Formats: sequence, structure tokens, C-alpha cells
Amino acid sequence: MRLRDLPAVLYVAAVLAFVFLPVVTLVQFSFQDGLLPVPPFRGVSLRWYEAMFADRRLMAALRNSVAVAGLSSAAATALGFLAAYGLARRRPRFADAIQFLLMAPIAVSYLIIGMGLLIVFNWLALPKSLLAVGVGHVVINLPLAFAILYSQMGEHQATIERAALDLGASEAKAMLYVTVPMLWPALLAAFFIAFTLSWDEFVIAFLLSRFDATLPVIIWSMLRSGLSPELNAVGTFVFGTSIVLVLAVELLLWRGRSRNG
Amino acid sequence: MVSTAADPAAMRVGVKAWAIWPAVLWTLVFFVLPLGAMLALSFAERTGDRIVAWGSLANYRAFATLGDGTLVKALVNSIEVTIVVTVLSVVIAYPLAYILAYRVPARWRRALLVLIVLPFWTSYVVRSYSWLLVLSENGVLNAGLIGLGLIDTPIGMGNTRGATVLGFVHFFVMLLTLTIFANLVQIPDSYRRAAADLGASRFQVFRHVTLPLSLPGVATGAFLTFVLAIGDYITPQILGGSRELLLPQAIMLQVSRQANFPMASALSMVLMLAVTAAFLVAAKRLRMERV
Repeated sequence: MRLRDLPAVLYVAAVLAFVFLPVVTLVQFSFQDGLLPVPPFRGVSLRWYEAMFADRRLMAALRNSVAVAGLSSAAATALGFLAAYGLARRRPRFADAIQFLLMAPIAVSYLIIGMGLLIVFNWLALPKSLLAVGVGHVVINLPLAFAILYSQMGEHQATIERAALDLGASEAKAMLYVTVPMLWPALLAAFFIAFTLSWDEFVIAFLLSRFDATLPVIIWSMLRSGLSPELNAVGTFVFGTSIVLVLAVELLLWRGRSRNG
Repeated sequence: MVSTAADPAAMRVGVKAWAIWPAVLWTLVFFVLPLGAMLALSFAERTGDRIVAWGSLANYRAFATLGDGTLVKALVNSIEVTIVVTVLSVVIAYPLAYILAYRVPARWRRALLVLIVLPFWTSYVVRSYSWLLVLSENGVLNAGLIGLGLIDTPIGMGNTRGATVLGFVHFFVMLLTLTIFANLVQIPDSYRRAAADLGASRFQVFRHVTLPLSLPGVATGAFLTFVLAIGDYITPQILGGSRELLLPQAIMLQVSRQANFPMASALSMVLMLAVTAAFLVAAKRLRMERV
């Protein structure tokens, strides 16, 4: 390292400190051996994690979160894959308009998407439920899944698909046995990213669920009674899960890249 | 449909023909239809909790004139906060992205980038809560400042506009670093070398080559920042408190306190109008730079 690099190094260090300050505080005080997640730090204890896993309301919320995130991400990935496949392989008329439509939800606030669904479900007399939350999460994740998969639909795959068709496979078989296996890293990446966003999502889950809350909604309601190390433990758990998923995506895309050259 | 008898694969009605429809239908039913419903509802007039008239401007009139102008104030607050957040985030993120793209050795670049954006993946709720921990009266920041002897008594930093801005900037610095970095690494090295060979100083290279070519990345990131910040309910609610309302908080109040969906819809349309305006500004910027 040369001297003229020093300002750059200091700058990166300063931004890193700013970016990690809240996260480190969150994680550190989840191990607080005391009643408040504020200094002084009284030593390492796992009691708040024990409290979290013993809390039946939290564990029910955890199951709800996993179910909603799993199903809505699978649905978003499947819909996004089909749309990307149809758009890439068969350039329909109005392809640009269709692409615009599919990407449009990105530009709209989750609050507005959630409220719009609430209004429509009210009109149809559909009750608030986890299913409704899942529907909303598919709406917000479909553009991302579509964008990821559309960007991975390359010409070399189309060539191999054509070979399969020439050898007598139906389009459906060519898609299932040729396209899907070639794209599996991108498919998993889309699924995990969607899962992470659904897992973290609050506003739509808050508006569209009643008794069967997801984790972010429970965290929100716990927040009303103030700071607590148990909240830190739950937050750390939610964050840790996201990180594992994101690192998995990073690994998948990296492996996909190195394999495809 | 273009199909010829010479192409046997095209004669079967296959997956390709219908593959786009599930996603298109889903988006139409669960995204376009709800937005349409809200647009219609925003023109409904409500007395008590019954809708008495359609096609009325009552909600928009109420938005503009209501009593002390709480709702207009919420819009103004939102725009102010969002602009401050966008500018601050760009100013902090640009040098970081620049250092990552040009000064960090290539083998560390990916790892450092992943590290910098790691907290990006905390949820809004958890991230805002974490800042509350840092900023609270007996929190880490106050403890640190007192420990350093910079202050004697703790400063109340939660429940302020500053806290909201801080929470937002934290998140969007990460986002903007990504978009600006992605743009910088796409600029061919030869452009900068050519300018330097022709006698431009390092600053001139930056001013006349790198900066103009990186503006699309800035515009993309700034637009995303604007859209996500102005529509977010959680960060201002947790960090800013309810002393001063931002537009999403005003919308949520209409829903949760009064179940006044027509008014909430009208406010949402105002919010979307602000986003559209931002999009037009960003799109203009992008086009200009391509010329």
C-alpha cells in the first residue's frame, strides 16, 4: 500500500464503519446478558435466543414466513421463467409493451400494491389471510425473477433447444429437459432472491394478514413495547437467514458463470 | 403466427405460444386491476363509511385544503426528505464506487463489494430497529460520544427527521454504490487512457470522460432511491416517529385509523404522480447523456 492510497483506504473504512454500525450493534446486543440492548455490554449469553425459540407466537410466525416465502417465491420463479422463455424464444408482437408491463410493479411502492390488493380482496369479500400475503409477494417478486431469468436466456441454449426439437422432442419436453437444467443456477438465484425479499417484507404482510402474522409483522408489534434483547435476537436470526440465502445466490451465479465460461 | 409446413416443430401448439400468459395475467389481475380500482376509488366521495358519489374531486380537494394543510405538508415533507436522502446518498456512494472500480485490486473487488452491501439484506424493519438502538438516548452513539468526552449529557436523536434521513442514507448508499460501480466498470479503459495521452490531467479525465459516462448509473440509482424512499412507510414511522408525517405515514393513517380507502387512494395517486415526475427527470437525464 502506498501513501497516496491512504485517503481512499480511509474513505472505504469510514463508509464500512457507517454501514456496519447498526448491524454490529444489533448482533452484539442480541447476546446481552441483561434486560436492555444498550451499553454497557454485560457479557455473552444465549438466553434471548432461548427465549425466542421458546416463544410460540414467534415460532408460529416463523412457520408462516417460511411457508409464504417458499410458495410465493416458487410461484414467482415459475411465472418469471415461463414469461422470460416465451419472450426470448418467440418474440411476440408487443414484446416491449409486455416487458414494460411485467417490470412495472418495481416502480410502485409496496404500500400502494398492498392497499390495492386489500381493496380488491375486500370487494370480492375475500378475507385477509396468508394466501393473500403470498399473492402480494408474487406481485413484487415476479419482475425480479423475470429480469434475472430473461437476462440469462442466451442464444447457445436456443441452439441446443432447436436440436432437441429436431430430434423429435415436444416444446414442453425441450423446455423441461433442456432449458430448465441449463438454467438451474439462475432459477435457484431467482428463487432465493425472491425468498429473501418475501421473508423480509413487512407492509404487504401487515395489510393483508390478520391473525397469522409473519416474522416482520411480529417484530413490528414487539417494537411497540420498546427495545429488548429478544428483539435483537429475532432481528439477528432474520438477518442471518437472509445472508445465508444471498451468499448461496452469489455462489450459484459464480459457479454458473465459471461453468458457462 | 408465423409457421411453415417445412418446420415441424412450429406445427405443434407448444409451450412457447402460451408461456408469457400466466405472468401477464397475474400482473393484470393482481397489479393493474388493483391500481385501477384505487384510481377509481380516489374519485369516490364518502360520507360516514358509505360511498355517496363517484367521479368527484372531493378527496383531492380535501388533500389540498384540509384544515391546517396536514396532508399537503406530508407531501412536502416527503419530497424534502427524499431529495436530501438522494443527494446525500449519491455524494457518499460515488467516491466509494469510484475507489472500488479503479483503485481496488481486481481480486479483492468482488469480496469488498459483497461485504459493503451485506447489510442491504436486512429487512426495513430490522434495519430501522438497529438504528434506533444506535441512536437511543442510552444507545451506542451517545455512550461513545460521552466516552470520548465530546458531550456531557445524552442527546435525543430518535424520533427526528435527521434519524429518518440517516436510516435512509444508510440503505441507499449501498444501492447507489452498486449501480454506479456497475456503470463505471463498463466504461472501456481505453477512453481514459486516450484522454490522458492527449494531455488531460487526472481531474480533467474525470471531469470530461469518467463523470459524464457514469451519469446513467447515477441516474438509475438516484431514481431507484427516490422511488423506494418516497414510498417507504417503515423507516419514517420507526425512526422519525409521528411528530412529523411523511406521505406514506399519512396514507397508512387513513387506512388503519379511519378505514378511509377513497382518501388513502387519492393520496396514493399523488405519491405515484411524484414518482412519475422523478422518472421523467431521470429519463431525460439518461437520454441527454447518450447523445
